[in-house]
Amino acid sequence: MTLHVNSTLPKRLGVILSLLAAGLLSSLGYSATASTAVTTTDVSSAGQWQQTLEQAAGETVYWHAWGGDGRTNDFITWVGDQTEALYDVKVKHVKLSSTAEAVTQVIAEKAAGENTNGAVDMIWINGPNFLAMKQQELLHGPFVNQLPNSKYLDLSTNSAASVDFTEAVAGLEVPWRLARFVFLVDSKRVKQVPLSMAQMLIWAQENPGRLTHPVISNFMGTTFLKQALIELTPDPSVLQQPATEQSFALATAPLWRWYDAIKPHLWRAGKSFPENEAIQQQMLSDGEVDIAMAFDPAAAAAGIASGLLPTSARVFVPSQGTLGNISFVAIPYNASHTAGSKVVANFLLQPETQAHMQNIDVLGSFSVLDPNKLDAQQAQVFAALPSSEALPTLVDLGPTLLEPHASWTTKLKQHWSQRYSQ
Amino acid sequence: MSFSSWPKWLMLTALAIGILVPVLVGLGETIWAAFGILPALGRHTFSFSAWQQLFELPGLVTSLRLSLVSGFGATLVSLILALFGSAWVYNTSVKESFLSKVKPFVQAILVPILAAPHAAIAIGLAFLLAPSGWLARLFSPWLTAWELPPNLATVQDLWGLSLMLGLIIKELPFLWLVSLVALKQIDVSRQLTLAQSMGYSHTVAWCKIIVPQLYPLIRLPVFVVLVYALSTVDMAQMLGPNNPPTLALATMRWYNDTNVQLLLPASAASILLGILIAASVLLWEVAVRTAILTSKVMIRSGDRTGKYSIFTGVLTTALPITVILGLLSLLVLALWSITWRWSFPNALPTSWSYHYWLQLITHVPLALQHSLIVALMSSGLALTLAVAWLEVQDRFGGHLYKLTLWFIYLPLLVPQIAFLYGLKVGFLRLGLNGSMMTVMWAHLLFVFPYTMLSLVDSWRALDKRYLQVAASLGRSSWHCFWHIKISLLLRPLLLAWAIGIAVSISQYLPTLMIGAGRVESLTVEAVSLASGADRRLVGVYGLLQALVPLLAYSFALLLPRLVALKK
Repeated sequence: MTLHVNSTLPKRLGVILSLLAAGLLSSLGYSATASTAVTTTDVSSAGQWQQTLEQAAGETVYWHAWGGDGRTNDFITWVGDQTEALYDVKVKHVKLSSTAEAVTQVIAEKAAGENTNGAVDMIWINGPNFLAMKQQELLHGPFVNQLPNSKYLDLSTNSAASVDFTEAVAGLEVPWRLARFVFLVDSKRVKQVPLSMAQMLIWAQENPGRLTHPVISNFMGTTFLKQALIELTPDPSVLQQPATEQSFALATAPLWRWYDAIKPHLWRAGKSFPENEAIQQQMLSDGEVDIAMAFDPAAAAAGIASGLLPTSARVFVPSQGTLGNISFVAIPYNASHTAGSKVVANFLLQPETQAHMQNIDVLGSFSVLDPNKLDAQQAQVFAALPSSEALPTLVDLGPTLLEPHASWTTKLKQHWSQRYSQ
Repeated sequence: MSFSSWPKWLMLTALAIGILVPVLVGLGETIWAAFGILPALGRHTFSFSAWQQLFELPGLVTSLRLSLVSGFGATLVSLILALFGSAWVYNTSVKESFLSKVKPFVQAILVPILAAPHAAIAIGLAFLLAPSGWLARLFSPWLTAWELPPNLATVQDLWGLSLMLGLIIKELPFLWLVSLVALKQIDVSRQLTLAQSMGYSHTVAWCKIIVPQLYPLIRLPVFVVLVYALSTVDMAQMLGPNNPPTLALATMRWYNDTNVQLLLPASAASILLGILIAASVLLWEVAVRTAILTSKVMIRSGDRTGKYSIFTGVLTTALPITVILGLLSLLVLALWSITWRWSFPNALPTSWSYHYWLQLITHVPLALQHSLIVALMSSGLALTLAVAWLEVQDRFGGHLYKLTLWFIYLPLLVPQIAFLYGLKVGFLRLGLNGSMMTVMWAHLLFVFPYTMLSLVDSWRALDKRYLQVAASLGRSSWHCFWHIKISLLLRPLLLAWAIGIAVSISQYLPTLMIGAGRVESLTVEAVSLASGADRRLVGVYGLLQALVPLLAYSFALLLPRLVALKK
């Protein structure tokens, strides 16, 4: 049980060299990616990629990812089986109960001066965790353009795949799974769903105790607040800028009025909240509440398939659209198996992999690829996927609302607990 | 330092390197961070801002209150219930009833609750008591007319009462079993018969004669319960209120916040939690001593019957209810583990499935194997260390005794998450990370104090006259050690070992953080799955997690009987 069974000296050197190169690239590349669109894959990459494949062969990638969802866990196992067969790269899923555990791990390694043989090879990450790691310079890259399959992505400036919660991705993380904020109901119990956050207030007044949201320290709780904020605030474009005391007070005033009005009608009179969205969905299944939330359009269909939700569970979204973001994978700056991680990340972008993932019997998560960049045969694979009554189409989901700048999340959490925690 | 006392110095050095240094290194990082120094985040200057930030956090006072109420409440109630339960076991005058038939099986009934992980009991109990839970389902809608669950705070109530109940259910079996084991060292039956012949009722005799002898023997296990109750995260998550939550859960949330700068106030919070725990232990001790002083008058009053009837009436009801709730929590999890769907208000699952048990066959073998190896090694090593330390103290005297004990217990007084980060940094600097040995070492830091706690009082209480007699008959000190101490203390030794196994199996953070994800374990699997709150999976893993300690406890309780039979 030692750390690096098959690390040899030349390989280590290679890692160090590639780290140095990446450091150079990143110092040159940050400003470039922020201003200009990067749409083409590096030309010299064919040879480089071959080298990565050779380096990766025999490696085991420790993929740190939230382990609370059985279907995702099974998908990750499947990915590992595939990459082992195709590239001789094994994947070990390190199951986390919170992504912060992996971030803390890397911080601890940095503190101890462990700058090359880190234990985390790849992290399932996005939003605030990504921002934290980017700001603390804990990430390897930019490397997205080194992956041959990045050609299937729309990486133009401000495309969904190049901005993560308003923060430029800058080639430091690879998208693999689309997330959309959706509400869940039991269609047997609820016939009329609220189609805006303003209507949600009226619905709550008419159905006291049947609505709640996860605790605000949980990201789903803050997402609920952000959804309301975007719909209620006079000028949503302000939310794309970092929040100042002044802009925050101005933009959130209608939100707090709305929340003050809705709180007494929430489950347990708004004094207690479910710990996370999984528990909230369980409450929906138990009949304790009528509305639950998820960051996955396939949540209802997946919940039905795994017996966690009643067959009458359905997804609905406010008519103005909902918040959307993308799940990424990133590689820590000190990862032991950088090459292997790139091979796995590249495999995740394979059209066949994305189609397999989008299959409702597997995960039901929408593909991150740009449909316009797929050839007819590849597009056909997606078109042939089985459908489910509980699975909305992209059209049903309406427009995607952009995540506010991460500073709004932090401030929302602070102000919410100042107002409503005693 | 005389040459002859070298074993003592050897032990001291071993303990210092094995236990004290890692803990201090771990604590060091946390203390630095609490005072603004965390170089990995670019924070290099000493400041009190983390503390200021902590004290400005809304709801801090409520969090403190919640921790104290549930911590002290749970400890006090489970102690009283355990003392009452032990009295009942020794009460031969109770008239024949169903309960008295259960008496010989008390240990067998308690062991499953003792062996089950805290989180499993918490999830089971939450499902039992929730407005949509099993109890409500059993009586709905035919009796309650509830087609939908009512909006009542039967769990996660704002006062933390359901959290307290969960803690009592889990800790009562521990204190009860520890008491029963300790009572073997007191000549209970003869003293009770004597007292009763002098006209004392059973209850009065128990309170006035047995309890004063028993309490010193279980004092440290009581501290364990108090410390656990104050620092629990998983039970608080399932059963406690969450806006704001208990201090321990709040600290955990700050540590896991996406805003990494919160690591600083989180470190301050964990120091605060450590102080709170130490102060609570002291406060408890002071309260107990005051109680002893004031009760001496009562004990000497000569009152033989006492006006205890209401009190015993309440306890007679509360004791079986507590135990039954614990067993039902486990039963309901077992039911869930073979469920596919079970919706309100059906009294039983609507569709069944063994899917998750089947899945185990592919998922678990490696995790189970790692968990077993680490548990067996760390508990064995902890027991050896504990016995060696106590024996060395016996032979060479111990003026450092009390001080060392505090250091040994240090890992229990500080919230795990706080000192593990520092420990991890320390291990990394030494190039030790992610191996089974390192994980075992980290487990040892927690297994050892628990082993010591459950052993030390019984060891100290061993009647020294046996040893003096043996020595006067010319027996060597090794002979005394093997044939008197070990054989007389077989029960507490085995129980301490089994507790060690249970502690090791249940370690989540040390396995994940120190193992760097390289060492799989049952609990790491179970906890990450539990964050998804799928009761069926929690059922399967909870039962599986309970299985290993269950075997260890059964072994610990059965072996002395077999030995006795043989003799």
